[in-house]
Amino acid sequence: MATSVRATSDGSPRPSRTDPSTNRKSGDPGPPGGWRAKAYRLDTKASPYAYIAPFFLCFAAFGLFPLIYTGWLSFHQVELGTHAKWVGLQNYTDLWNNSFFWTALRNTFTLGVISTVPQLAMAIGLAHLLNYHMRARGFFRVAILAPYATSIAAATLVFIQLFNPDYGLINQLLGHVGIGNVQWSSSKWPAQIAISSIVTWRWTGYNALIYLAAMQAVPGDLYEAAALDGASRWRQFISVTVPSIRPTIFFTIIVSTIGATQLFGEPLIFGGNVGVSGGSDHQYQTLSLYMYDKGWQVGELGQASAVAWVMLLILLLIGAVQLLVLRSNRRKLGS
Amino acid sequence: MRTSGRTRKAAVIAVAGLAACATLITGCSSNSKDDSKGSSSNEKITLRIGDYGAFGYDDKTGAKLFAEYHKLHPNITIKEDNVSDSQVYWNSLKLHLNQNSGLDDIQAIEIGFVANATQPQYANKFVDFKSVKGFNASDWLDYKEKEATTTDGKIIGVGTDVGPTAICYRKDMFKAAGLPTDRNAVAALWAGDWQKFVDTGKKFQAQAPKGVAFTDSAGGLFNAVLSSQTTQYTDPSGKLVYDSSPGVQTAWNLSAEAVQDGLTAKLQQFDTSWTSAFKTNKFATVACPSWMIGQVASDSGAANKGNWDIAAPPQAGNWGGSFLGVPKSGKHTAEAEALAQWLTAPAQEVKVFQKFGNIPSVKAGLDDPAVANTTNDFFPGTPVGKIFSDTAHNIQPAPIGPNDSTVKDIITKNGLLLMEQKGTSKDAAWKKVQATVKDQLGG
Repeated sequence: MATSVRATSDGSPRPSRTDPSTNRKSGDPGPPGGWRAKAYRLDTKASPYAYIAPFFLCFAAFGLFPLIYTGWLSFHQVELGTHAKWVGLQNYTDLWNNSFFWTALRNTFTLGVISTVPQLAMAIGLAHLLNYHMRARGFFRVAILAPYATSIAAATLVFIQLFNPDYGLINQLLGHVGIGNVQWSSSKWPAQIAISSIVTWRWTGYNALIYLAAMQAVPGDLYEAAALDGASRWRQFISVTVPSIRPTIFFTIIVSTIGATQLFGEPLIFGGNVGVSGGSDHQYQTLSLYMYDKGWQVGELGQASAVAWVMLLILLLIGAVQLLVLRSNRRKLGS
Repeated sequence: MRTSGRTRKAAVIAVAGLAACATLITGCSSNSKDDSKGSSSNEKITLRIGDYGAFGYDDKTGAKLFAEYHKLHPNITIKEDNVSDSQVYWNSLKLHLNQNSGLDDIQAIEIGFVANATQPQYANKFVDFKSVKGFNASDWLDYKEKEATTTDGKIIGVGTDVGPTAICYRKDMFKAAGLPTDRNAVAALWAGDWQKFVDTGKKFQAQAPKGVAFTDSAGGLFNAVLSSQTTQYTDPSGKLVYDSSPGVQTAWNLSAEAVQDGLTAKLQQFDTSWTSAFKTNKFATVACPSWMIGQVASDSGAANKGNWDIAAPPQAGNWGGSFLGVPKSGKHTAEAEALAQWLTAPAQEVKVFQKFGNIPSVKAGLDDPAVANTTNDFFPGTPVGKIFSDTAHNIQPAPIGPNDSTVKDIITKNGLLLMEQKGTSKDAAWKKVQATVKDQLGG
């Protein structure tokens, strides 16, 4: 579309001169008015495409092409700068037989669950509280977004200090209630909880604001009616608020799932020297870290590409499941 | 008329978008070659040198060698392309070598990657120093130039520095545990055998101050023991033999023994908890290559000044060092060869040592009184220069291979650390090492 527009306008530097290419297309020189009408039609039809073209061209260059190229690479054995060698599905079968890949997949799943579920639950609660009339509401609304504005690296470095087994604040506090020295990085579950707490801390406020925006669109009369029927605040929240913002909840679940599948920076920085392998026992190596490990530590770009594509397929699968759930839900509401 | 104007505007926007994309795509391929052609002796030229970390040559914080060379050769200006991380540097150097473009006139090569660089696919892109006038491999420490030699005998780089490894120990803690504190008496405790070092550790641990471990980490001990072995990860033919290498077995068994007897502080070298443990006095010894002295001093803090001393190691090993190679693709290879030779000549290596503490790898530089007489304020009375130059002379050559550093990382970070931090058994940890090596290197 963009090219046809360009051909027309390049071919007609001055409107007074008749454009040969336009003429050929129309097959009739015609009066200037007819040409103008044609140009006008072309403009209304084509220019929207021209306006959106820059994005789609950039998307093709930086989104679609890498996506397809990665898929192509995943069928090859390739090191940086060398020629790729076709190996068929071997990269994928290698992954299937590789225990580290399955560990990474499990870690990604468990980290995803323990970071996403509390995060969204807390976000919806916070949004509900912020929806009330209270003093300094604006301040609180800005404050909960502050973690989102900090960089992953900065936040993670602070959490590393908090979770330091020897002198960290968390272990000191736990010591007061009689819980022994928790190894926040070398033991599997403590390490995963520590990492998911970083994720939760960063994203809760962001999701809360999205929920808040949705809640404010819920008509006030629904609450009034519920209150007249004698519904408590909690009952109102369950029976009015949550059903009204259900599409938003689905949206945040999808976005958080995508984020959780791509979890990378937090575990990498949290692990320090053993970040890439996700701890000395791979106890928190996520799929993204495994991909990075394969690609940039080992230098096997083909295998790393295979991991990338597996991640994409997993996301598509999760997305499809969520879509089905959403549809069946709608049908239920509709009937 | 207005409509066609609008269409044109749209087209302009589209083209601008395309152009923006194109600029972004091509933006990163820069050409680092200088524009002058030919190489007559007095023509003004710029030589580019690619290196990483703190090489100590530059005119701002280093030994000002570039300015000095420019004074000697007014027609030559030197520019440094510095990357802080040596792994990142090597990754892009590898790419440039493969593509044969974007190479500097001189490229530094770290010891961890030099065995990769001597593989035929890369080695053929470097000038063979054997054919360079004035180069004599025997000017360097025996093992140094061997590391940069290909299987068919080409030498692809000249040696800059080495990292002889000694033992840094805490006098106050040794005293508290009833061990000698004089550095010669301490060295005598373990002279010639790393097993004696571990045995000393057991004696120390029996009477150690509370909360103090004998040595910082199993990984550090492993690395120190291994670097003094004549068979390491690779056999002379270049094959990876870590699984059957007697050197690896010795180092693994000793470090595992140290872990099982609780001699290690269970730290991870260069981690923040490791650096802070210097100040919180968590361990009494650390195998310290010459370049680690500065870190020992700065991490221990002024309060510990005079508490640390340095003793000769049981067996001499090397940890670190670099080479300068000249890619054939450069336009001024003759000038680059001359510059690389000048930078690694004894006088210049001594200058870098005086500024940065990098131990010279060229023999005449190592024997220079300026090196032997060097001391460090943080270690009052310790003949720092002499200890390290003596150690450097005693290092035995060992074959190295392209996968050494990967295997080392896996053994120290995935194997020994598991034993230290999670109490994994020695056998299970070794199985983990084997599985991880297989995952990363295949086979």
